[in-house]
Amino acid sequence: MARGVTISRKSVNTIAAGVLGLLMFFPVLWIVILSFKTEGDAIKAPLEILFGTGWTTESYGTVQARSDYFKHFSNSLIISLGSTFLGLLIAVPAAWSMAFVPAKRTKDVLMWMLSTKMLPPVGVLVPIYLIFRDLGILDTRSGLVIVLMLINLPIIIWMLYTYFREIPGEILEAARMDGATLREEVVHVLIPMAIPGMASTVLLNIILAWNEAFWTLNLTAAKAAPLTAFIASYSSPEGLFYAKLSAASVMAIAPILMMGWFSQKQLVRGLTFGAVK
Amino acid sequence: MGHIQLKGVKKNFGDVTVIPTLDLEIEDGKFVVFVGPSGCGKSTLLRLIAGLEDVTEGVVEIDGQDATGLPPAKRRLAMVFQSYALYPHMSVRKNIAFPMKMARIPQEEQEQRITEAARVLNLTDYLDRRPGQLSGGQRQRVAIGRAIVREPAAFLFDEPLSNLDAALRVGMRLEISELHKRLATTMIYVTHDQVEAMTMADKIVVLNAGVIEQVGSPLELYREPRNLFVAGFIGSPRMNLLEGSVAEKYDAHIVGIRPEHIEVSAASGDWTGTVGVSEHLGSDTFFRVNVEGFAEPVTVRADGDVDLHYGDTIHLTPDPHQLHRFDRDSARLA
Ligand SMILES: Nc1ncnc2c1ncn2[C@@H]1O[C@H](COP(=O)(O)OP(=O)(O)OP(=O)(O)O)[C@@H](O)[C@H]1O
Ligand SMILES: [Mg+2]
Repeated sequence: MARGVTISRKSVNTIAAGVLGLLMFFPVLWIVILSFKTEGDAIKAPLEILFGTGWTTESYGTVQARSDYFKHFSNSLIISLGSTFLGLLIAVPAAWSMAFVPAKRTKDVLMWMLSTKMLPPVGVLVPIYLIFRDLGILDTRSGLVIVLMLINLPIIIWMLYTYFREIPGEILEAARMDGATLREEVVHVLIPMAIPGMASTVLLNIILAWNEAFWTLNLTAAKAAPLTAFIASYSSPEGLFYAKLSAASVMAIAPILMMGWFSQKQLVRGLTFGAVK
Repeated sequence: MGHIQLKGVKKNFGDVTVIPTLDLEIEDGKFVVFVGPSGCGKSTLLRLIAGLEDVTEGVVEIDGQDATGLPPAKRRLAMVFQSYALYPHMSVRKNIAFPMKMARIPQEEQEQRITEAARVLNLTDYLDRRPGQLSGGQRQRVAIGRAIVREPAAFLFDEPLSNLDAALRVGMRLEISELHKRLATTMIYVTHDQVEAMTMADKIVVLNAGVIEQVGSPLELYREPRNLFVAGFIGSPRMNLLEGSVAEKYDAHIVGIRPEHIEVSAASGDWTGTVGVSEHLGSDTFFRVNVEGFAEPVTVRADGDVDLHYGDTIHLTPDPHQLHRFDRDSARLA
């Protein structure tokens, strides 16, 4: 009896999860399908597209010929890696001190940092734009590295803080009792224990930076444009470029999807703030 | 060497005074146990000695030298934590080697000491495992191994056995006592278990709300508790503490008598009562006896094979030489 109930409930859950997963994956799948059609076929009715038309890689060829994919790709790479690395440099000491030497206001500071994420970015677009213009860093990769680092910094700090807090204080105290200096304590005990958490943080941050489409579109023109701008250049209100837009999108998301696929475990741990062991 | 002295030590956490000014001397080579109820400040006191907490006032001396400002790493003390606090990413061997690595002891010497410690602690077969692959008792042994290899001036233990099951606890208790005999190094041991305190200590420090209630050998505390708190805390089961007319008869506010110092008779005695619940331990049996005129039942020890049943009427006679008398301020009367 009890067994029967569990099994039927399990299959209901499985089916529900499967449907939900398919629903979420469908747009991506559709983009992939469209990218292998001609522009003419891509605007037909869905069923016709699926069963009544042929396949072609022509869109990919056109996209690569018209705009330089590798330039955008390398911009994306530099911006996401650069902002992540710079963010870590600032976040590690910040999270460290808040986790291990908390003061009365530490919680408030953390909340304040998070609250900056609640501000609509467009609210500060004009000032940031003007600052960037005056500093001459509009449409530069270093400018984007800085701005993406800034917008993701609260998340990096929060995540690292959560991971550091998970490390039992007694283990660090044990290291101190064992004669370790602060540096030795960090190098031999804290960092090795925090590596899984730091890896998730880095992965998540790379993804966030890679996909970021507000600042990257507004602060770049041609030189520093990453893959988000690459996609955007194929979107047009008339909708005549469905196939090329799809091809561009697939090319833009493929690298990050692959990275996500290979680092699933780490990512899930990161996104649940370490709750999954 | 491991002579530790606390002079006028006080500890506040924010506005809360956890340890009011306190003096304590721990002689070299002694096994000293801090015992007291939960939250009384035992761990805090130990951590002050370790240097993991800073004193608010006062001086901590180790071997005659002021160590108040020294970081834990410089105090030459080793600590065994309740949670074991092993390094989860290192093998048992690396865990044990860690303090020697920090002290930059030559490799061969390290190997030698690890081998020796592993032999003594029965860890030889586990040296290449991670702490996560060990049982609680084995982890505790690793923690002890990590403490002994660096040959510290003193060992600090914070409730090291409280995560172990009862049988293992008795075994480890003996092992730690034996280790102390062999090394003859000062050990300070924190526990809230008064049986551990009684069985292991050369000297017991009874703490209550950050205040030292009494310092003495286990037998001193057992025979002459200085006040009601110590009388009630030391001894298992607890000493019977009687108020009212019984106490007045002995010219005291409260009299205390231990279960083992009351004679049980079917025929006659000072007090008459009926047998309540009993606990049979095999060798001994402890009875709760509801005595006429007493507010609370009296606990009495009898031999394991004594034939008393619930509801039986019996007579009790306290041994007058073993009676403890306390005044209104709960201090012991001579
Ligand atoms: N870091 C701290 N900040 C504020 N209060 C603290 C801190 N550490 C301990 N205390 C308080 O100090 C008191 C003594 O704590 P301590 O840990 O020394 O007790 P203990 O005797 O070891 O208790 P237990 O047997 O439960 O371990 C407690 O009331 C505790 O709440
Ligand atoms: Mg404690």
